[in-house]
Amino acid sequence: MTPDSSTAEVRGRPRAAAVRSRPRGGGRTSDTASRPSAGRRGRRQTAPWLYLAPALVVLAALLAYPVYQLGLISLFRYTQAQVSGGEPTAFRGFGNYADVFSDDRFWQVLLSTVVFATACVVSTLAVGCALAVLLTRVRAVPRLALMLAAMGAWATPAVTGSTVWLFLFDPDFGPVNRLLGLGDHSWTYGRLSAFLLVLLEVVWCSFPFVMVTVYAGIRSVPSEVLEAAALDGASQWRIWRSVLAPMLRPILVVVTIQSVIWDFKVFTQIYVMTNGGGIAGQNLVLNVYAYQQAFASSQYGLGAAIGVVMLLILLAVTLVYLRLLRRQGEEL
Amino acid sequence: MRSVRGAVARPWRFAAEACALLVAVVVAFPLYWMVLGAFKPAGEIRSSEPRPWTLAPSLDSFRRVFGQQEFGRYFLNSLVVAGAVVIASGVIAFLAATAVTRFRFRFRTTLLIMFLVAQMVPVEALTIPLFFLMRDFGQLNTLGSLILPHIAFSLPFAIWMLRGFVKAVPEALEEAAYLDGASRTRFMWQILFPLVLPGLVATSVFSFISAWNDFLFAKSFIISDTSQSTLPMALLVFYEPDDPDWGGVMAGSTVMTIPVLVFFVLVQRRLVSGLGGAVKD
Repeated sequence: MTPDSSTAEVRGRPRAAAVRSRPRGGGRTSDTASRPSAGRRGRRQTAPWLYLAPALVVLAALLAYPVYQLGLISLFRYTQAQVSGGEPTAFRGFGNYADVFSDDRFWQVLLSTVVFATACVVSTLAVGCALAVLLTRVRAVPRLALMLAAMGAWATPAVTGSTVWLFLFDPDFGPVNRLLGLGDHSWTYGRLSAFLLVLLEVVWCSFPFVMVTVYAGIRSVPSEVLEAAALDGASQWRIWRSVLAPMLRPILVVVTIQSVIWDFKVFTQIYVMTNGGGIAGQNLVLNVYAYQQAFASSQYGLGAAIGVVMLLILLAVTLVYLRLLRRQGEEL
Repeated sequence: MRSVRGAVARPWRFAAEACALLVAVVVAFPLYWMVLGAFKPAGEIRSSEPRPWTLAPSLDSFRRVFGQQEFGRYFLNSLVVAGAVVIASGVIAFLAATAVTRFRFRFRTTLLIMFLVAQMVPVEALTIPLFFLMRDFGQLNTLGSLILPHIAFSLPFAIWMLRGFVKAVPEALEEAAYLDGASRTRFMWQILFPLVLPGLVATSVFSFISAWNDFLFAKSFIISDTSQSTLPMALLVFYEPDDPDWGGVMAGSTVMTIPVLVFFVLVQRRLVSGLGGAVKD
């Protein structure tokens, strides 16, 4: 149970807090039965669905249905011949999955996706949190400078960010090689250095979200709490670990999960910076691999199967996330 | 924070400030290099001794970019796509967020979990079914094929974020409005909407970026009618991996980044408070 969320709760809904409290959330409230004016309840049953209708229609048509279609396509032989109508689609059952799983390339791509995404998430969170703490330590001018720079990086579209970083690390005309005295070393040639380059770009454009969010979170921690800790002689690290981090946990969970989602789905950066997955596909991640299978090789069924695997991985992450929220007593 | 900051020894604060400024410079450098590259004359940009300044700024690269067929059209298309996505998903998300916070009804929790799960769907994996869907509805090569999916993809996150803002508006305000004889619709649009606007601004950043950034759908759905294409495609014309026209790429990148930067500067303050509000509640 985090103190800040409980105060927010009480402030936001005093009545509900007074009426009922859910034991599990330890102070969290569930206000299912505590809404006022039972007389309006009849209207309340249809009104919410009216408000939800546009969202549900859009989501059903453009998210749920495509997901269903993806699952369906993954079960069929679906190549250029079927798309153009030259051959009938043939049901393959789990044949596409069998093909995918028996391909060494898939396992290699899966492994690099997990390692690469994890490295991106960890670096982004570390940089973002460290800079958020730094922001609270400095006066207005350095803070504004860092904030503006971060906003700039954040605002940069993925495509342009990718090209700019390529230019920075260009073997012939880039400043980085000159600065490091690397001659015409090519960063995109080697597997690891190409991944590293993409990682740098991903961290660059995604740490600002973490930094700004965590900073906003720290700012909302009551200053008395921090004062008290400082007066008790706690070190800065101790304050972060024992006071701030627990209070910020809901925020940290949100930014972590967002980073996981974003970094697992990195597409543009890999596609642009390694020219479609690197030399001989050495820098492929699942997303780009699925795309290449589907569109470049016209193996739509195979591509869909890879997409489904990715969907399941991210679904697993979601379930972990939900469990974390539940454990914190977060009310949905 | 003030008192804690006061407790930090002076040399440490200077060190922290120096550190912050240094990081700011490093973070801003790629953008500086982009703009610099856009203004460098052709000979200088291909120099093997790149200088962090230019003696003869030139507009040649911009001329090449804008001289490209229909570049203005691409720019406009991108604006239309991002604008439509921001407005549509903002309004739809506002309605949905109101529904899930101001009402108790069956399946409410289920719906919330579904919105959360929807955020995890890897958009890129849906390119294949969406391609067939757009084809079947004759939407290939139209801006609609870019707008519609992005509305759907930005909705779950927008609803999730807006929820906190709608929640924060006191229930008593709603009661008072009804007592004064306001209808529910009137309350929604004349009282709730303005109060939630900062939250909408914060969420709009995410929908704007996702739509403006779109690369994959533009690449996959706009296949024959290039007049319906968007900026990333125009930019990549200059990016030949083997022999990129760096001046053109940097000028195009600069042009493509400016609208987002303007957008960010406009909403910057609200974004910081907005994120705080959204994740706190």
